[in-house]
Amino acid sequence: MSLLRVESLQMFLDSAAGPVRAVDDVSFEIEPGGTFALIGESGCGKSMTALSLMRLLPDVGRVRGGRVLLNGRDLLALTEAQMREVRGGEMAMIFQEPATSLNPVLSVGRQIGEVLARHGALRGAAAARRARELLDAVGIPDARRRLEEYPFQFSGGMRQRVMIAMALAGDPALLIADEPTTALDVTIQAQVLELLGALQRERGMGMLLITHDLGIARQLASRVGVMYAGELVEVASRIDFFAAPKHPYSIKLFAALPRPERRESVLETIAGSVPSLTTMFSGCRFAPRCPRVWSRCREEIPAWHGAETGYAVRCHLYDAVDAQLAGGGPAAQAPTEESASSLQAVEAAPLLEVDDLKVHFPIRQGVFRRAVGQVRAVDGVSLGLTSGRTLALVGESGCGKTTVGKAILQLLKPTGGSVRFRGEELTALPAARLRRLRGEMQIVFQDPYASLDPRMRIGDIIEEGLSALGQGGTPPAKARRTAELIERVGLSATMLGRYPHEFSGGQRQRIAIARALAVAPRLLVCDEPTSALDVSVQAQILNLLKELQGALGLAYLFITHNIAVVEYLAHEVAVMYLGRIVERGAVEEILREPKHPYTEALLSAVPRLDADGRREAIVLKGDMPSPSQPPAGCHFHPRCPRAMPQCAAAYPAETRLGDTHRVRCFLYE
Amino acid sequence: MTPVLLWTDALVFLLVACGIASGIYISRREYLLASWHRVGESRAGMASLTLLVAFVVVGLIDSLHYRPRLEAASGQPGGYSGEVRSLLDVLLQPLRDGTEKTYSAPLAAHLYARETVELPDGSQARVFPRLKHGGAHLADVEAEWGRDVTLRTLRGAALAVLAGLTFVALAVLFAARRWGTGWQAAWRRIRRGETRFAWHAALAALGMLLLLAGPALSLAGGYHVLGTDKVGQDVLYLTLKSIRTGLVIGTLTTLVMLPFAVALGLVAGYVGGWVDDLIQYLYTTLNSIPGVLLIAAAVLMVQVAIDMHPDWFATAAQRADARLLALCLILGVTSWTGLCRLLRAETLKLRELEYVQAAQAFGASAARILGRHILPNVMHIVLISVVMDFSGLVLAEAVLSYIGIGVDPSTISFGTMINTARLELAREPVVWWSLLAAFVFMFVLVLAANLFADAVRDAFDPRLAGSRRSLPGKMA
Repeated sequence: MSLLRVESLQMFLDSAAGPVRAVDDVSFEIEPGGTFALIGESGCGKSMTALSLMRLLPDVGRVRGGRVLLNGRDLLALTEAQMREVRGGEMAMIFQEPATSLNPVLSVGRQIGEVLARHGALRGAAAARRARELLDAVGIPDARRRLEEYPFQFSGGMRQRVMIAMALAGDPALLIADEPTTALDVTIQAQVLELLGALQRERGMGMLLITHDLGIARQLASRVGVMYAGELVEVASRIDFFAAPKHPYSIKLFAALPRPERRESVLETIAGSVPSLTTMFSGCRFAPRCPRVWSRCREEIPAWHGAETGYAVRCHLYDAVDAQLAGGGPAAQAPTEESASSLQAVEAAPLLEVDDLKVHFPIRQGVFRRAVGQVRAVDGVSLGLTSGRTLALVGESGCGKTTVGKAILQLLKPTGGSVRFRGEELTALPAARLRRLRGEMQIVFQDPYASLDPRMRIGDIIEEGLSALGQGGTPPAKARRTAELIERVGLSATMLGRYPHEFSGGQRQRIAIARALAVAPRLLVCDEPTSALDVSVQAQILNLLKELQGALGLAYLFITHNIAVVEYLAHEVAVMYLGRIVERGAVEEILREPKHPYTEALLSAVPRLDADGRREAIVLKGDMPSPSQPPAGCHFHPRCPRAMPQCAAAYPAETRLGDTHRVRCFLYE
Repeated sequence: MTPVLLWTDALVFLLVACGIASGIYISRREYLLASWHRVGESRAGMASLTLLVAFVVVGLIDSLHYRPRLEAASGQPGGYSGEVRSLLDVLLQPLRDGTEKTYSAPLAAHLYARETVELPDGSQARVFPRLKHGGAHLADVEAEWGRDVTLRTLRGAALAVLAGLTFVALAVLFAARRWGTGWQAAWRRIRRGETRFAWHAALAALGMLLLLAGPALSLAGGYHVLGTDKVGQDVLYLTLKSIRTGLVIGTLTTLVMLPFAVALGLVAGYVGGWVDDLIQYLYTTLNSIPGVLLIAAAVLMVQVAIDMHPDWFATAAQRADARLLALCLILGVTSWTGLCRLLRAETLKLRELEYVQAAQAFGASAARILGRHILPNVMHIVLISVVMDFSGLVLAEAVLSYIGIGVDPSTISFGTMINTARLELAREPVVWWSLLAAFVFMFVLVLAANLFADAVRDAFDPRLAGSRRSLPGKMA
């Protein structure tokens, strides 16, 4: 008997425009000890499915039909009091954001104790002992002391471990993990994923894993379900699914992923957007965006095909009757061969030269705000970039990569070092000269929601640079330029009068790019421009960036933590750790043959999709230290699996390994 | 007669001119107009605007001042009276002149206090004497009062209905011309609320207003509708006169306060460093002195200055007006700290947002960033706190009048009315009408201002704009 059985679950959200079919006819099963991964882009109903199972819906949500059987008991028929026994007891949940899912004013021990008292009837010394065991189980060292501590004293990864400990406190048979590692860094993500896998094996727990990352699903899941617009479109075992996905949407999702072998081609994108869930669907929900759509898709809602084989697809292409029409199942379309990258006309003279850049922030304390220490956010970074090239600056959060970007643009005053842009020293430039150069270097930010002023119209936003720098001439000329730009980034000029909130994340990012392009820059600092976007939208933005580089010869300083994007877009890579660049070189050198142990660990921690190149993940111990008190010697040595005595003594100097490849590690001296 | 322009009049008309100018500015800009159209769609907004307009009209009529010409003796050059009157005084002449001896209840024909009168037979008795004006036309109060009041009420209501229908007809005709439909169709759409502009809400509010004003007007011809106060002045007249004082204090004080609060708050938040320290120091210091003390000191100084220089002012009204203006200034200077603190905090938050950094990357100047990015994004806070302050200021005026440092005793205001009501409530039997009249008028004024500000804020928040239009109410 299966642990969890969901039968045609249907959940609507009431809205002014009518009911939103957030979860529509979703059925799946989870075996004891099995992991079912729900995959899909944002807004497809993954989280709403999980909340329906827990019966933790928002006020406007109503379960309209279906059954949720946990160990044979229908959860939807339980009273609220009985349901409280189930939540945290038989079924526990961990959320995406560990920072907000713990109560900041209660100690961790108290919060775990609450669950123990509720579901295990444990109190006092017995509860304390159990809580210690749980923290040990999730790999938090020094559990006795840490139980007394408060959430702010834990790092993000540690908080997520505490959340997992709390979820385990009721000894659940089923764990629902809603994007458990999305807010974490790759190396920390590797730790948490390994922990989840190990715990599950030990306890024989069932797990419902919700994720947008195909790599994570590949690593953890036993079965996979793909959701689109509120319904499941494909359910299969992990091996079958990753070998050959069948539904056109799944195929498109795979094709949209940036990969090194796609470097010379344009990424696949999915045209259009997810339909509004308030519509009454009379055909396939994916039909408007499907590359293999035919008349039947619009007229008839597809049924499940192949359920008996264990590989179920909701698509007319797999209807036995029409098999001949479908031509034996759709194959992934060959990517268009049109090359978008331009490697010709690479200028020899460097556009940007950064030498020994330092940005220190003083730590002030006391009544007189005296500086008692320094946060060495950036501590001696050297880079070079020529026109038409992309340099990827890779590292985990807190390593100082965004600070480098801002210091190059002089948005932050560097503490030391030099930044030369087209031969001019920016750090010593008078304000007026700097202002003229501002047009030549621009920035695109990470969060498309915070980077556009909500009270300005799109037209004014794009025009802003022109008016601020006094470019663009007369108002009609500016209006022409604005219209040209918005069409350049793939939007329509009729949208100029609208406000940012009317646009989706991907469209907003296009607007932000158009704004930066307005002043005709030569250098574009892209600060994680795709990390807030879905895979298919990310592909659109990457295509756009690549196309613009080809057409305009832009140089990109691409700040990111996403290795897949680096592989696709970058020509050169610099890896940062705690304010310093530990390794840099051409993209093939770094990604194929990483030398520095941190680069190796970083690359191996990324969940991969390709089965063959499955490297053993090097799981790093602990967290990144604080940049206010970096470890003596090499900053990485406390976490380094290959540390030597001399690593603690001094910071290694730069070693040249070939023309472009440089590394700072004693292993290569 | 000769027109008199008091200081506050000048500022009030300046404000009106600003309003008209911004109206013209807005009407030439499509996207601003669209936001104001959304205000027009809000029912609560339009109903409260109708009431506000009524208040403002009364206030404006009361701001047209003049000095009447004195009857000159033959051969001598005619002078002007020392008394400054307003257009409202002329319109309310009967109410103004119909003073009684002392308290009388609303619609009463007798005084509220007994008097010893000599009876025809020579003996003396303590009775409630007849009023000089209220119900003076009645021969036999017992027999005729009820009939007369009903009749006058009905006559007033009929007039109100007539006026209301005229307005409705005008609106329908206007709408029919605008939409190019027949008047029946236009009427149907207005009645069912299917119009974009919330005509039905505005007309309903206007109807209610007329239904109250009509009978009141009709009754005021023969009675004191809201009674009289201690010195026999008509309370309805007092409340109507108070509206101008309330509006002046509410708006002018805000006008004085806003530049301080907005400029200092934004600069402190955005520039930071020693500028921030200085501004914080300033408002923390100002805040830690009891506000009343500061106001009292300032008002008393102004009062002494005014008393020392009687030659500065030609009339008592001008002196009272100067004091009102001084009060506005002082209230404004002392009340900017709260808003300033809020704006500083909000600016600190906004300064770190990426769109501000994007503007910095364009080399935009601090003034440009503050004006184009930060100010529009804190405007909702300004709007809300201005409206909140409006009611607070009207009340502050009452408190200050209570300790004798408010408006000039000769200025009629809600504050002075409430202040005198203090004694009236302690009296036996209680005189309740003064307080009630002031309370109801103030309540309606403040409530209407609050609701209207809500509607404006919602309409100008681009994030709310889409969701509001799709409310199911519009589809029915």
